[in-house]
Amino acid sequence: MEKTVPGDETKLVSNHVLGNAALSTKKERLGDPKLSTAGNRILTCAGEEKRVGTRTVFVGHRPVSETDVYVEQKFCDNRIVSSKYTVWNFLPKNLFEQFRRIANFYFLIIFLVQVIVDTPTSPVTSGLPLFFVIIVTAIKQGYEDWLRHRADKEVNKSSVFMVENAKQVKKHSEKIKVGDIVEVKADETFPCDLIFLASSNDDGICYVTTASLDGESNFKTYYAVRDTTGLRTDDGIDSLTAAIECEQPQPDLYKFVGRINIYRSNQEPVARSLGPENLLLKGSTLKNTKKIYGVAVYTGMETKMALNYQGKSQKRSAVEKSINAFLIVYLCILVSKATVCTTLKYIWQSNPFNDEPWYNQKTIKERDTFKILRMFTDFLSFMVLFNFIIPVSMYVTVEMQKFLGSFFIAWDKEMYDEEIKEGALVNTSDLNEELGQVEYVFTDKTGTLTENSMKFIECCIDGHKYKEGISEVDGFSHTDGPSKYYGKAEKCREELFLRALCLCHTVQIKEGDNVDGLIVNQECSTYIASSPDEIALVKGAKKYGFTFLGHEADCMKVQNQKNEIEKYQLLHVLNFDPVRRRMSVIVKTSTGKFLLFCKGADSSIFPRVQQDEIQQTKVHVERNAMDGYRTLCVAFKELTQEDYKKIDEQLSEAKMALQDREEKMARIFDDIETDMHLIGATAVEDRSWTVSQEYGLIIDGSTLSLIFNPSQDSSSSNYKSIFLQICLKCTAVLCCRMAPLQKAQIVRMVKNTKGNPITLSIGDGANDVSMILEAHHPVNRSPYLCHSGIKGKEGRQAARNSDYAVPRFKHLRKLLLAHGHLYYVRIAHLVQYFFYKNLCFILPQFLYQFFCGFSQQPLYDAAYLTMYNICFTSLPILAYSLLEQHINIETLTSDPRLYMKISDNAMLQWKPFLYWTCLGAFEGLVFFFGVYFLFQNSSLEDNGKVFGNWTFGTIVFTILVFTVTLKLALDTRFWTWMNHFVIWGSLAFYVFFSFFWGGIIWQVSFFFQPFLKQQRMYFVFAHMVTSVSTWLAIVLLIFISLFPEILLVVFKNAKRKNHQTVPFNLPMLLSYKPMENGYISEMKIEDAVTNLTQRCHLRIPQMQQL
Amino acid sequence: MAVNYNAKEEADGHPSGVGAPGGAGKSRKPDNTAFKQQRLPAWQPILTAGTVLPAFFIIGLIFIPIGIGIFVTSNNIREYEIDYTGTDSYSPCNKCLNVSWNSTSPCTCTINFTLDQPFETNVFMYYGLSNFYQNHRRYVKSRDDSQLNGDNSSLLNPSKECEPYSTSEGKPIAPCGAIANSMFNDTLELFRIDNETRIPITLNKKGIAWWTDKNVKFRNPSGNTNNLTALFQGTTKPVNWPKPVYMLDSETDNNGFINEDFIVWMRTAALPTFRKLYRLIERENNLQPTLQAGKYSLDITYNYPVHSFDGRKRMILSTISWMGGKNPFLGIAYITVGSICFFLGVVLLVIHHKYGNRNTSADIPN
Repeated sequence: MEKTVPGDETKLVSNHVLGNAALSTKKERLGDPKLSTAGNRILTCAGEEKRVGTRTVFVGHRPVSETDVYVEQKFCDNRIVSSKYTVWNFLPKNLFEQFRRIANFYFLIIFLVQVIVDTPTSPVTSGLPLFFVIIVTAIKQGYEDWLRHRADKEVNKSSVFMVENAKQVKKHSEKIKVGDIVEVKADETFPCDLIFLASSNDDGICYVTTASLDGESNFKTYYAVRDTTGLRTDDGIDSLTAAIECEQPQPDLYKFVGRINIYRSNQEPVARSLGPENLLLKGSTLKNTKKIYGVAVYTGMETKMALNYQGKSQKRSAVEKSINAFLIVYLCILVSKATVCTTLKYIWQSNPFNDEPWYNQKTIKERDTFKILRMFTDFLSFMVLFNFIIPVSMYVTVEMQKFLGSFFIAWDKEMYDEEIKEGALVNTSDLNEELGQVEYVFTDKTGTLTENSMKFIECCIDGHKYKEGISEVDGFSHTDGPSKYYGKAEKCREELFLRALCLCHTVQIKEGDNVDGLIVNQECSTYIASSPDEIALVKGAKKYGFTFLGHEADCMKVQNQKNEIEKYQLLHVLNFDPVRRRMSVIVKTSTGKFLLFCKGADSSIFPRVQQDEIQQTKVHVERNAMDGYRTLCVAFKELTQEDYKKIDEQLSEAKMALQDREEKMARIFDDIETDMHLIGATAVEDRSWTVSQEYGLIIDGSTLSLIFNPSQDSSSSNYKSIFLQICLKCTAVLCCRMAPLQKAQIVRMVKNTKGNPITLSIGDGANDVSMILEAHHPVNRSPYLCHSGIKGKEGRQAARNSDYAVPRFKHLRKLLLAHGHLYYVRIAHLVQYFFYKNLCFILPQFLYQFFCGFSQQPLYDAAYLTMYNICFTSLPILAYSLLEQHINIETLTSDPRLYMKISDNAMLQWKPFLYWTCLGAFEGLVFFFGVYFLFQNSSLEDNGKVFGNWTFGTIVFTILVFTVTLKLALDTRFWTWMNHFVIWGSLAFYVFFSFFWGGIIWQVSFFFQPFLKQQRMYFVFAHMVTSVSTWLAIVLLIFISLFPEILLVVFKNAKRKNHQTVPFNLPMLLSYKPMENGYISEMKIEDAVTNLTQRCHLRIPQMQQL
Repeated sequence: MAVNYNAKEEADGHPSGVGAPGGAGKSRKPDNTAFKQQRLPAWQPILTAGTVLPAFFIIGLIFIPIGIGIFVTSNNIREYEIDYTGTDSYSPCNKCLNVSWNSTSPCTCTINFTLDQPFETNVFMYYGLSNFYQNHRRYVKSRDDSQLNGDNSSLLNPSKECEPYSTSEGKPIAPCGAIANSMFNDTLELFRIDNETRIPITLNKKGIAWWTDKNVKFRNPSGNTNNLTALFQGTTKPVNWPKPVYMLDSETDNNGFINEDFIVWMRTAALPTFRKLYRLIERENNLQPTLQAGKYSLDITYNYPVHSFDGRKRMILSTISWMGGKNPFLGIAYITVGSICFFLGVVLLVIHHKYGNRNTSADIPN
């Protein structure tokens, strides 16, 4: 790789290189000659290598040598700015962002047209609602930003301890500069990205949880730089002279390469490699470690956490997609209405006495305008007149419904868990209704179903089965003590196997509070590990007499069956990773033997052991896997002194590398992990697994990888689609022994199928990063539900990274079946209702154009136009969309079939939309023509006086308001006092307002000027209500409008009753899907399955429920 | 305004103050209130055949009589209508058809007609116009309500909405605007012909406008004097008017802006074919009907040109009931809807009865 930078020095450590700040921008030099020559394979990835600049950090700002001038480098300070706005830019920036929303922009355009062109309605009619929406949004966003400011301030002003001149100094967090030495105590959050120098533990280890960064709630182990672990005091750490060379900040949380050069007086500087295990990230929390020292390398907005900060991603639910589709339809209706009117207007006006009769002359200005321009402004005027058909307030109402509605989830006491004192949590109210639409649930069985408790069930050593408790036919009989057993395997093999279990893991011991430090009390010690099955294995070994006692310096202590303590020097560890699917340790026994232990999935172990040993174990592994246990195979290899020396050298070199370190390490281990000897296999049970479910298909990770990454053979390319087809037809598919990445692959695969079904991923926060990331995928979201069985702060933080969190898995039932269903029905109804009520609002106005010479004369008064959506009809639907329970919660929860009825976004498909649109159109026609016929004789009072055009409009409007409100009342199946209050209150308010509005001669003030330049509504309403004919017409027309709906509901109910003998009586929504019975025919699936089995060699033990 | 709490936003341990419900409260246990648990007592009505059937019958039974009542009432209303536009050549008013605004000598014509039946109660005399777009936007807005309300500054500075009828010869027009300018100015007189003698019928010109319009909405400009001529000083008459607004009537309480003919005209009609109240004929005594059956003649001073826009003029005599003028629509609509309701009720009852017997258990629970 050095070839790419010709002439660059290849000397690994050079204080001149490091001391020279100018060189810090130099291209990175990687690897060393040996490594590069050893394997040309490494070079294959050189093309992809992304060269980033490096930075040099001087620990404690101390120059590394007297000969070099210390140059202060400029790095950003440690201030975190998560707020979007400042006082100064709030107004322009916020307005700009708000008008980027298509709806707001539309209303702005309408408003501007009204201001510029002479339009039938004053700018206030559309300006006021827009103003209202903008103000409300701005206040909300301003408040949120203020909270962010406050939180930023709290973080920036929080005190941290730094070591300066061998003294502890307390400072604000924002004052930290790159190179400062920072001290962090237990349970504190790291104030910036730190290179871990020393901890209070002798072994230079600390535990950290990154729950708030990536949602992973387990403890991770970090390692201090080996040569600085001793500097455990302020004085000590202050004496350190070192320089760190590392890459410039990049957002990947799991990647870091760097190098530290430690200078000691009169000695050659020592270089040590730094990796992600040395970098403590800002935002993560120190756990189980009294304190640590670290040197700041990335600060403020350059920390990995800040780089990972993304602004709110605009999330779109299926409902929103439907809204947008409907909006386009209505926009088309709007444009065509305006076009029709404009065309007809000019046809009508071609007759000169229609265009300009003597009683209605144009102004000079009007006459002089070009015809084309006039037509254009006419078109715009019609657009303005009909623009109310696009419901401006719908967005506000939808947002309010989502925001307020989500409170009900958090308030639900049935989803509160007494034990962990947590209720449900909603982090994303955008997707509430999506919970009612979930078609595929992905759940991580390990943690979620079992609540993280795993049990060591059995093991097999050299093909002999060892099982506790139950006597086995082919195995051995059970005796009283767990530490005694009989078996066919040789004693030494058994011991080797158990030692392997005790050594090959990354389990840590959390010490109890009152530990004397020398002997760890077995009773009060707790195992901590990143994966619960590791603990299960260590505990399993303990049952058979081998106890892992923890680390002491670099030794692992194991108590054997004879209660002797054995010590093994831990030389190298290569952690489990999803690609390798195995982990290895190299230890040195007290007798000086070098042993390599390896445990992993059978698929990754079997190819690496002596083939003749496999057969016996394989039988066991497969049977265990089929029973649903998690299986692992254990193998070992003895290394000679010479072998080890070589390996050790290679590994140390690999660890120095600044890039691709893991890959290099893995490659070396790959080379070692051959010709191993298989000792046995283990089976670990998830508790709930025995409470077996009806599953359809079982597939394991290795088979899955075959499907996802088919070999080059052309025939295998369609495995994925066949597999998908089968999966979609099964009620449940079990994927066992999966790598975390495969989880995301599966989710993505299902999500991307036809129709983009809505999926729900469930996990407990541990090992779910890929699922969480998939969930945050901006375009096609899959809500991530966290079931936080974990107590305490970590669990909560993991929960906070999810979209929804419930304390227990069992709460999923109510969350989906009741809350999800209700939210969906509510919001779907809300959306349809909004379009409907605006259609029948505007249709009469459109029809009126045919009778007023297409002159854009509004039918309704400006106040009515403005307030229809804001005041008269807004609250009932909001109350409905918050409180409605068309079926009560108990029934919903107990009958999952009801959930199917709203699947596929059933209530927002084109068919129900068409129904609502027809309903709106029908009602609009009834309103207009009903009143039109009534006005054939406009003397409707008993004193012979006549009504004018404003009375006409007011009658139509009154019928309209009453009809749409009563229509909602008809749809309401759950009348709480609030519904009564809002529905009857709205109508009363309308009546009151109309009296008030027409009851006063308004003194025209500046603000109301455009509203009130005419006193046209003066006593119009009062006169209207004194007319008996009007009353009769209003009652009749309301009834006619609602009649078809009532009839349809009755017929539907009657029809359903005839088909159904089920005793319970449920109101059926009109847009409910008819119940589909059963699943797809058996034949087809079996064909497909056999097809796939033949090709993929799948194991499909059970095909129930198909 | 998306309400979402992005994970990363709170990632650095910020207190979740943004309000994630139940996120970081002191006591996380949700309150056990009916509202929060969505268990508010509620009425849960279900529309079933059982509830709707009786409703249909009841509505049918209510609507049909109402409809019959309205229909009968409407039929009992006497109404007589004469089109006096004069488009037909044999019409007496044909000579006036092409009358124009600036013709100096008035054109008069007389139309004789016969009432077959007497008009017993008070009779209302309307004029009706067709194809006259009083609801045209340019026309509707062409008025200044504050001027009509007696505002002195608006009197001299009419709103620009009145254009092009706001000023004439440099003076502000009072009342300004197209509506006022085009005020109906035919004079209609009614005579009963009794043995070749023409007995004039008293036409009452007061009480034809809305009370609130006459007394509140329309006001003459105020000043020290009661002399309307002085009050309208500085303004000029609408161009189409033969005389200024303060000479509309001889009586002061019906002159100026509060002239009732003017007020009636200013209430713009909803549709291009409309009628407006012109005069009242009050019943003089209980012995005689207001208008006996017999011959009548209508004298028209034909000033108002409608032929140019293909319009029509009518004179309508009508009695009034509690429901207003003659209007068959309401009665027929009520009867139709009531019948449909009743019919559907019967149909549903039959269906329901038939199927209800088939599966007895699932019978209307609510």
